[in-house]
Amino acid sequence: MMALVENHAPILVILIPLLAAPLAMLFGNKGLAFLLSLAASVASFLLSVYLLLLVRDGTVLSYHIGGWAPPLGIEYRVDAANALVLLIVSALSAVVLPFARTSIATEIAEKHHTLFYACFMLCFTGLMGVTITGDAFNVFVFLEVSSLSTYVLVALGAEKDRRALSAAYDYLILGTIGATFFVIGLGLIYMATGTLNMVDLAERLSTMESNRTVRSAFAFIVIGLGLKLAIYPLHRWLPGAYTYAPSAVSAFLAATATKVAIYAVLRFMMSVFSIKFGFEQDTMTYIIFPFAIIAMFAASLIAVYQINVKRMLAYSSIAQIGYMLLGIALFSTTGLSATLVHLFNHAVTKGALFLAVGAIIFQIGSPLMANMAGMGKKMPWTSAAIVIGGLSLIGVPGTVGFVSKWVLLTAALENGLWPISLAIVLSSLIAVVYVWKFVELLYLAPIDESVAAAANAKEVSLSMLVPMWILVLVSVWFGFDAEFTVQVANQAADSLFNGGFLKDAVIVGGEGR
Amino acid sequence: MEFNFDLPFILGHLNYWLFVILMLTGLYIVVARGNLLKKIVGLNIFQVAVFMLYISMGKVAGGTAPILTGTAGEAYSNPLPHVLILTAIVVGIATTSLGLALIVRINETYGTIEEDEILEMDQQKGQSELDAINKAAAATDAQGAASKK
Repeated sequence: MMALVENHAPILVILIPLLAAPLAMLFGNKGLAFLLSLAASVASFLLSVYLLLLVRDGTVLSYHIGGWAPPLGIEYRVDAANALVLLIVSALSAVVLPFARTSIATEIAEKHHTLFYACFMLCFTGLMGVTITGDAFNVFVFLEVSSLSTYVLVALGAEKDRRALSAAYDYLILGTIGATFFVIGLGLIYMATGTLNMVDLAERLSTMESNRTVRSAFAFIVIGLGLKLAIYPLHRWLPGAYTYAPSAVSAFLAATATKVAIYAVLRFMMSVFSIKFGFEQDTMTYIIFPFAIIAMFAASLIAVYQINVKRMLAYSSIAQIGYMLLGIALFSTTGLSATLVHLFNHAVTKGALFLAVGAIIFQIGSPLMANMAGMGKKMPWTSAAIVIGGLSLIGVPGTVGFVSKWVLLTAALENGLWPISLAIVLSSLIAVVYVWKFVELLYLAPIDESVAAAANAKEVSLSMLVPMWILVLVSVWFGFDAEFTVQVANQAADSLFNGGFLKDAVIVGGEGR
Repeated sequence: MEFNFDLPFILGHLNYWLFVILMLTGLYIVVARGNLLKKIVGLNIFQVAVFMLYISMGKVAGGTAPILTGTAGEAYSNPLPHVLILTAIVVGIATTSLGLALIVRINETYGTIEEDEILEMDQQKGQSELDAINKAAAATDAQGAASKK
């Protein structure tokens, strides 16, 4: 058993949830399906922890699928950067599932519950696969596995609000355009190099800066993935999808889907295409950098005026993606480290917030802020979670949000860009406005009697409180003890920025044929 | 880099020209058409363009199918892009069928598959939510003013 884990951990992380998906459907019993999905998520989570512990000192693991050695065979390659993302995704899945079991009861027809778990597992598999693979085309396949199941998960919200359908359709169109652009990019680099293995690609591309095919491939890949991760002007699908999806799905997607896409962009920009390329640096400075700043302000401002609390959080996500892109665009190890720390911190914070908001919606049946007035007294634990999550979103000391903003500020100052650090602080102040607006409503406004359910709304059951508070406590814990996250993020940034990913890897699971 | 934009150049890159034309046609349909079904058709054309890019790049002039025949020095086409695109075709089918399923559901709930009509209905719903909130707020204000008196 131990030998199996030691030798095949990189593939088991993917294989377990992938098998859980059809099994959950075949069992046809929602209790069994839930247990199976939870077990698969927990197993993947434990394996991710194991992988992260192996690679946190800078080693790179390489797993050859089917024993076929790369570049011919498909390789799974784990370094600190993707081990961190694997951990985020699997942890969030394991935490969100127990919440989902309760919350989907009011959101999805009972006959669809097993399908929900199957789709959830497929989405989870896809996200993990994009993260762990060391083969460029494999990224596309897993990206589509996760995206297709995400469209279904979003559309499942139609039971409560039919706008979920049009949101899912929009997401499908834009997501497919993004994925197809990505494939075009892959085709072009394959044409130029004749390989698809990332390490092999990096080696062959490093001397091809002036090649036009390579340049256009870079553009296609960045725009394609940019659509998936909702870079500011390409974010049109995100608010609708997050707003109308079932609460548990919103929490899972907001915490993981865009993070994985950001990781994929990082991997292509930093590892596959050499960071020495002049056109890549120009892309950062003249395109990603300004859009990141615009996202930080514009999306935050739009969030202030939302009446639907999930839509507010969705716009806040776009703003937070701006911070992550800013870290990338600073183009330094510290900047990247800021992005990776924020990846983890924002996943925890947004996950907690979406779960807490989902709990209130579960009780009163309305996602509108006005109907949530005065819930602070009725649902003290949930509201407290929202307060702490909100503080973390703003970046108050003692929460993880502070750690990421601190590293980001350091990175900006290191590059001598003090106006940027000013912009980071100013945009955080806008976050204060929308968070306070919601908190004030929860605690200080009189209860909205027009909502029939509100009068007898009470605290949600433990099955919802526990997942929510696990994330809240994690966000406080790593707010005080940032050493672990920052250390891993530094290691990951080093691996990405200084080519650690491309070094000789430790081969697990046999040498191959 | 210097190149001549002449007939041999254009004909020599014929598959790329066709790819670009098909891709842009598909993308234009997706963006410009309001009918959800036509958007899916556009998306398909867009994806087929990519299939063509991949398939034509793997073709070697005069090459046969990549089967070992024992004849030395026989040229064969690169099978890898063809296999890759097989995966992409499967993804394309999945996307299309999911898109069509969504359209069926949209037609059932909205009664239309025209994008602007759906958008209008969604906006009306949003506006009515906003109106309800404003009305409730106004009522609370009036109540507050009355109790002050």
